[in-house]
Amino acid sequence: MSAARDAILGGIRRSLGRGALDEARVSSLEARLAGHPRGQLPARAQGLDRAGLLDLLERQAKAVACSVARVRSAADVPAELARYLKSQNLPSRVEMSPDPTLDAVPWSAAPMLEIARGRPSGEEGVGVTSACAAVAETATLMIASGERSPATMNFLPDTHVVVLPASRVVGPLEDAWDRLRAASAAPMAAATMPRTVNLVTGPSRTGDIEQKIEMGAHGPRRLHLIVVEDDALA
Amino acid sequence: MLATSNEFRANARVGLANPTLQSALGKMKVGFPTKRAEAVAKLPEFDALRDQARDIKNHVLENIDWYLERFERRVNEAGGHVHWARTPEEAREIVLGICRRLGARTVTKGKSMIAEEIGLNAHLEKHAIEPVETDLGEYIIQLRNEAPSHIIAPAVHLTKDAIEADFRRAHSHLDARRDLTEPQSLVAEARGILRKRYFEADVGITGANFLVAETGSSVIVTNEGNGDLTQLLPKAHVVLASLEKIVPTLEDASTILRVLARSATGQEMSVYTTFSTGPKRPSDLDGPGEYHVVLLDNGRSALLGTEFQEILRCIRCGACMNHCPVYGAVGGHAYGWVYPGPMGAVLTPSLIGVENAKPLPNASTFCGKCESVCPMRIPLPKMMRHYRAREWERRLGTRVSRLALGAWAWAARRPALYRFAAARAMSALGWLGRRHGSFFNLPLASGWTTTREFPAPQGRTFQDLWRERRRAGGGR
Repeated sequence: MSAARDAILGGIRRSLGRGALDEARVSSLEARLAGHPRGQLPARAQGLDRAGLLDLLERQAKAVACSVARVRSAADVPAELARYLKSQNLPSRVEMSPDPTLDAVPWSAAPMLEIARGRPSGEEGVGVTSACAAVAETATLMIASGERSPATMNFLPDTHVVVLPASRVVGPLEDAWDRLRAASAAPMAAATMPRTVNLVTGPSRTGDIEQKIEMGAHGPRRLHLIVVEDDALA
Repeated sequence: MLATSNEFRANARVGLANPTLQSALGKMKVGFPTKRAEAVAKLPEFDALRDQARDIKNHVLENIDWYLERFERRVNEAGGHVHWARTPEEAREIVLGICRRLGARTVTKGKSMIAEEIGLNAHLEKHAIEPVETDLGEYIIQLRNEAPSHIIAPAVHLTKDAIEADFRRAHSHLDARRDLTEPQSLVAEARGILRKRYFEADVGITGANFLVAETGSSVIVTNEGNGDLTQLLPKAHVVLASLEKIVPTLEDASTILRVLARSATGQEMSVYTTFSTGPKRPSDLDGPGEYHVVLLDNGRSALLGTEFQEILRCIRCGACMNHCPVYGAVGGHAYGWVYPGPMGAVLTPSLIGVENAKPLPNASTFCGKCESVCPMRIPLPKMMRHYRAREWERRLGTRVSRLALGAWAWAARRPALYRFAAARAMSALGWLGRRHGSFFNLPLASGWTTTREFPAPQGRTFQDLWRERRRAGGGR
């Protein structure tokens, strides 16, 4: 190990007036990591049923300039996407993550949509992804990278559309971490944490010019969330 | 970065006389505090969360060696590398080494205060590597060859017109007749130019708001998405972080996130909070091929166990400077180094030595607003007072201030004399100022009266009024 490493760790221990931590202390810290206790959770995000969570999500989303549409089932998603693109005067060509959730949508129902699955091209356009959870507390979408989920799809397109099964809506952020932990085979650690976990709360913006909020700084100018209410897509 | 903190008085005079800066500060002083207050009002748990956030960081600081080693192990398991740097020089060499090994010609950069602290851009340029700032505010000040004047809003000292002029000068290949009157057109122009740079870059450098020991993740919090394109598109993602960014778990990060954005911009959550762990996995569709974390000490480990340890809880939200009357009057550049405002007045002497930042702990009225809004409950005025005491002990103050303080201390140790002299002086000043209620100039107080009126005393001393109150049974 490097000299700098030893010097820094040694300096810390000297400043704190002790040596390396003893076994008892280490096992209590290990236990804290394994138990990952929660802090206080905002009351607003707790004790809500499905309908309450969806209402909170929608309210919070609007507050951060994310539009929301609720549809009954996966079969309604293509028409909603086509409607949204038309309402925003956007072309009907979309780039779409090869996410299995999106495989279950019958896209052929909207033949006017021209869909390219895979990595985004880098052109300004429309990108469609799913999300592994949505945090109603703050309308935050959790999107994890993987072999069927390119993280750049959340940033390169000018418009980002997220298709979300309602069963993935949770109250506080901590519930979303639990969903992510449950999805990984081993206990959550570096080896099982996806390379990139994006928490997305509304479309890109900047306040760097006179603190006036302008949308579309580097990432998407628009964010549209399509919530699928039945559980067939879960 | 070379510090001019000892020239605070001269720097401040420049700031006070700069109409562009004063106009920009006028907007900032209203904007940030209003937005924060609205966000806080919407979360009844805010103060309880501040206590918990403080406790988490205190716990980390007590065990930071263990948490750092745990973080390092997790990064290694994910295929990344941790580099330890004692000094800015070591950190710069580590970054340069990575860039050279990859044959880098350009690097994109997300916002990083550590990059400022180690003077990274100048070092890369010296070695023919072009650093490209991608945060809009950082991009603007890079065009102007300036340092950031605020830790979350680096170009807060500039008006739209000044930025428009910079864009016309720097982007001379674009049509000179284009319309840039609206801020949106400036944002769109920067977006178009930087979009290309993301794809050209060989290395992407970001800072870190947190390092998570549980998972070996680094976390950035942004609104623009620049930090994400910066780290996802190049061959390598290099994270610059100081030691104290460690938190134990994802839950601990979540608790602190709840106070961070609200304190900073008044948002409930910033737009993009990104957890990055290692390089891209073999089957991933995108992401950097290498992942490096540079852990910088630069004097922080020496603050542990001292009366300045608590400044290491700082999460760089900027609330202290947004609410500071001194920062609001003179702007961030007056502080002369990387970190301005109240947190800078404590951190700067802590990192570069109080002898190189003598005026900063004195650049405070001790109004206490900074501590009252600090999400991590850092006692900033108390620590500035510790530095003032240290300056006195080390005879670092100016001759005049030492003489004046010495004279006051001499008198204060003689209560009868002090009471007598103070009563005479106050009644004289009260009598002299009875017409206007204030003075336009006063001997020995020109530092005050050249820029504002000095309110006249009412004619009686504090001790006198206090005694009267006690007698009347009103005092405690």
